Amino acid sequence: MDVSAEAKRVMVQALSKLYSSRSQRGGLRLHRSLLLTLVMKSARDIYHSARAACESQELQESQELQGKAAEPPSDPPPPLEKPQQQEEQEEASMEEEVSSPEVSLEVPQRCTQPELDQENRSPARADRHSRKRRGKTATEPDFLPCKRAKMDTGEVLRILQDASLRSNAAGNCARGTDTLPSANTHMPRTVATC
Amino acid sequence: MDEEIDTRKINSSFLREHNYATEADIISTVEFNSSGELLATGDKGGRVVVFQREQESKNQPHRRGEYNVYSTFQSHEPEFDYLKSLEIEEKINKIRWLPQQNAAYFLLSTNDKTVKLWKISERDKRPEGYNLKDEDGRIRDPTTITALRVPVLRPMDLMVEATPRRVFSNAHTYHINSISVNSDYETYMSTDDLRINLWNLEITNRSFNIVDIKPSNMEELTEVITAAEFHPNHCNTFVYSSSKGSIRLCDMRAAALCDNHSKFFEEPEDPSNRSFFSEIISSISDVKFSHSGRYLMTRDYLTVKVWDLNMENKPLETYQVHDYLRSKLCSLYENDCIFDKFECVWNGTDSVLMTGSYNNFFRMFDRNTKRDVTLEASRENSKPRAILKPRKVCVGGKRRKDEISVDSLDFSKKILHTAWHPSENIIAVAATNNLYIFQDKVN
Repeated sequence: MDVSAEAKRVMVQALSKLYSSRSQRGGLRLHRSLLLTLVMKSARDIYHSARAACESQELQESQELQGKAAEPPSDPPPPLEKPQQQEEQEEASMEEEVSSPEVSLEVPQRCTQPELDQENRSPARADRHSRKRRGKTATEPDFLPCKRAKMDTGEVLRILQDASLRSNAAGNCARGTDTLPSANTHMPRTVATC
Repeated sequence: MDEEIDTRKINSSFLREHNYATEADIISTVEFNSSGELLATGDKGGRVVVFQREQESKNQPHRRGEYNVYSTFQSHEPEFDYLKSLEIEEKINKIRWLPQQNAAYFLLSTNDKTVKLWKISERDKRPEGYNLKDEDGRIRDPTTITALRVPVLRPMDLMVEATPRRVFSNAHTYHINSISVNSDYETYMSTDDLRINLWNLEITNRSFNIVDIKPSNMEELTEVITAAEFHPNHCNTFVYSSSKGSIRLCDMRAAALCDNHSKFFEEPEDPSNRSFFSEIISSISDVKFSHSGRYLMTRDYLTVKVWDLNMENKPLETYQVHDYLRSKLCSLYENDCIFDKFECVWNGTDSVLMTGSYNNFFRMFDRNTKRDVTLEASRENSKPRAILKPRKVCVGGKRRKDEISVDSLDFSKKILHTAWHPSENIIAVAATNNLYIFQDKVN
């Protein structure tokens, strides 16, 4: 558990460093952003493998406790699916130069509740018998800052995309190739500027 | 090794004395010219200060060639890129001198986006006796002129002026991290995170891209270029280092685009040292050819490595700069120190390596004797002409009297930039906003 706690801490710090680098003077530093993204990915992988190992251990223990007749508990596939889904999600959400803040919204949620498929299952499954409404903070991981006003996810993504378009992410405009303002794009190798 | 100290401060105002250094004064690059007569420093405020070595005089033999301020000029100003809505820092990332070909001195200085060629020249005569204007420059009334005279050159107080001769701009999308002058003295290259461009020193409106590692899909980006340098003797050869800890040597004769390397230097990672931060600490922050051109030196976060150009699979020598930090990587990551980019330098004979560390310490490694020393650049320990005392970091257990423990190291005092005179044992060490110049002891 120590490893996963440290991994979580490293991930959170990577995210906050990525966030703060957006407002840095001189624009986004590609090298630094890349290193932070790599650190975050490896911390995330370690976190997941630590959680998976922990869960499989718990699984084994609970199976032994309940005996052979017990129904299979929450399925193993979700933890295995999660890293893959998340990776695809992250790859898709990575903007031109830096992994966008969209990642930060998705990653923490999945990290802390790998045994729940957020999209297809009801998060209140464990306490569905309770009549109390589950607060937003109960589902959110504790290390994220608490946002009182909750926005529709689609709207959040759109706003973030606008923000990153305005940022130093070169090439966010329609051109897929070189983005030098005065470069001749049909000569990718010789940069002629006048 | 014993060193005599000759401390020079760039600014000695009240604020500096009390360590409230303004950020603009932080030195960001240090470089001797090819003869060692001049030493240039660049700072975060975009200024360049050039020091010149005094001629040795017989009546003051102990003041052997001290460095005094020769010229100060504003090289780069902060700019704003309106298209991308971002500010371009004026911080000087690198200075490289051109070899001297006449009485004037030339250097290249660069910030994140623009390289400039500066000419530094002396003026010690001025013309006097103009016909149409008087000595103050005011136009004379033509009706008062009754005779013609030929203007003559008269001596004046020495004036050193710096003029920008070329501006090489608009060629880099990403931040420039290195420039390197070719041994042909006609071309140079500028390197950013993903591309290397080749320029002719005379032509500013065109550059040629010779390396491009930008993937078509930026999501697949795994490494960036961190430094690049031309071979000191072979004008067709250059190397560039990456954030993954590898170095590629390229030959410009092979193809116009050097995306395919001729040699690839990488040491396989030691699996026992794997941690969250393995990628960060293996990123190479500086690469330097030896003066002979036979060896390469690279600096990553914890080590300095010497590579033989003929052996690609592992370095020839590895030196631990501050291995006691290996167990502190997590806190260094938290306070951002793990991203610090240290430079490294060779001495003139390629027998000693030097690089910086924290707490204003810098380290020297003798390749022949395999001895190393840790020295400190600080005002408290450096009275003029005092001998530098070797320092030692205690890694655990009992701390001896003069040792300093790892936890007492000041990580805000880092020596990232150092320079070594091309032929003599004179070193320049930049400690935040102070420049220290050390010489060998005179017997």
